[in-house]
Amino acid sequence: MSTAHVGRRLPATHDGLKVRPDRRQINWWATGLIAVLSLTILIPLYFALVTAFKTSPELAESGFALPQQFTLANFRQAWDLTDFPSRLLTSSIITVGAVVLTLLTNSMVAYALSRNLHRKSFKALYYYFLAALFIPFPIIMLPVVKETAALGIDNEAGLILIYVVYGLAFNILMYTSFLKAVPEELEESARIDGASTWTVFWKIIFPLLAPMNATVGILTALWAWNDFLLPLVILSDPGTQTLPLAQYVFQGQFNTNYPAAFASYLMAIAPMVLVYVFAQKWVISGVMRGSQR
Amino acid sequence: MSIASSTQSTSAPDAPRGEGGRGWTAEELKQLSSTEGRKKIDPAHLWMIVPAVVLFTGLLIYPLLQGIFYTFTNYQGYGQWRFVGLTNYINLFQDDIIWQSYGFTFLYAISATVLTNVIALFLAVMLNSKIVGRNGWRGLYFLPNILPVLIVAYIFSYLFTNNLPKLGQWLGWEWLSTSLLANEQLAWLAIVFVGVWQGVAFTTIIYLAGLQTIPEEVYEASSLDGAGTWKKFTQITFPLIMGFFTINVVLSFKNSLGVFDQVVAMTNGGPGTSTQSIAFLIFKNGFQGGEYAYQTANGVVYFIILIVLSFAQLKFLQSREQI
Repeated sequence: MSTAHVGRRLPATHDGLKVRPDRRQINWWATGLIAVLSLTILIPLYFALVTAFKTSPELAESGFALPQQFTLANFRQAWDLTDFPSRLLTSSIITVGAVVLTLLTNSMVAYALSRNLHRKSFKALYYYFLAALFIPFPIIMLPVVKETAALGIDNEAGLILIYVVYGLAFNILMYTSFLKAVPEELEESARIDGASTWTVFWKIIFPLLAPMNATVGILTALWAWNDFLLPLVILSDPGTQTLPLAQYVFQGQFNTNYPAAFASYLMAIAPMVLVYVFAQKWVISGVMRGSQR
Repeated sequence: MSIASSTQSTSAPDAPRGEGGRGWTAEELKQLSSTEGRKKIDPAHLWMIVPAVVLFTGLLIYPLLQGIFYTFTNYQGYGQWRFVGLTNYINLFQDDIIWQSYGFTFLYAISATVLTNVIALFLAVMLNSKIVGRNGWRGLYFLPNILPVLIVAYIFSYLFTNNLPKLGQWLGWEWLSTSLLANEQLAWLAIVFVGVWQGVAFTTIIYLAGLQTIPEEVYEASSLDGAGTWKKFTQITFPLIMGFFTINVVLSFKNSLGVFDQVVAMTNGGPGTSTQSIAFLIFKNGFQGGEYAYQTANGVVYFIILIVLSFAQLKFLQSREQI
């Protein structure tokens, strides 16, 4: 939890940056319970980890035990079979593309909307965008697939575009709630100095949106990286599979070689888990910030 | 945040001006002058929005309308088609496969929503109390949310098929001694389990965000000081995070109704057709079964149900919030 959150609800006399000492006693009962319950998360992950190092015959008899010897053979096999480097590249391109484009465009749309919400036409547009929150993907799945194929965007670029557009509704909601609190006087003084609307947006508004950009960026990255259905139906070229999609496609080829399949799963989740290990505090506060608005 | 937004709302252009003959304040006068400029829309603002409107319409609204159009035809996804009126919709209601998929999807969505929210609320309260290594635990409990549903489902699928039956045999529980996923009556439980395992992570963090908006002073000031934990929770904590409860229930339910990845990874709709969710059925029969028009009609019915339920939920939960 960031110090800013604490500061916000402290009385004005306190130093806003100082975290108020928690005067409560340490709750050992809750600590123990949380530790025990975390096994429900850790055991399946532990199982996936040890399995990836075993041989097939070993797996059948050993269950949850540690592998007799740590062999990387499964990882090598999964690496070759799924062509891991190109899967990783595809997933990375799509995720980075979706995040960057989403931040640049969705914030801009939200800004232009929020500064004109007093107009009936813009208010109508605002609700037009928000209506997308209620459209379930399955209903448009078949027509969209035909459309992207007809337009020749049944590839990574098309998928990025779809993430950017389908995220609009939710992101507009997030950005506008934040923009409401940004006083227009801030922009007006810049305008008096001769700045254009574009300059005002990129130089003043966009930097101010940084906390919301973090939240939107995190949620978009998790969505694009982990998504299965959209890549499954949109990407038509078998050479351009994302990491989750590759697990599905190669499921049959792993056959009963479960250790290799588990090695493949681990490699697919490893990049995001690594990022998360280092950025978890930032990720969690980003998600929390989104919901507190 | 609440302070900032309330000052903003008084200076919003829509706020009533100069009522009750109390004259114009300086701020209101400034607003008057800014309303003069209302007629002109900043062209830059238009340039910012128009491309988005075009793309949004093209990739979302147009397919939606096109899909609805085709539901009145016998289009298979390729080749010739003709209008068939409401035939698709009438057939939907007489199709056992469709009824079964709605049955499964709602059974899944209701169980997953209830379980996810109960467990997440409990975990959030625990994680918000003063425990050792609080940030580390929070990081761990959010971890499932950063994993792809498909891969999580593959991992559990193995455990349900190979390890859980052994446990069942050891315990002597007959229902657990064979694979849950091969059991027509119980396969849905396995899918719920995986959905909840993953869904709890995000929901917990939202509840935690809600709990952190409650200052400790509220508990100290209340007459319930010294009351039991359960009483404090129901009388103070829960009413104060009702808004977060509303968001979570509506979101969990909407996401659960779209269940797809777990079904593909764990049962592929089986055994038989017992775990075909609506999204799965639209995907499978729409793409592979030549039922383009028919399954899109299924999608339209699903869409209408989703809208009605979302509004009903919001209305019901918001009415409770005001108490």
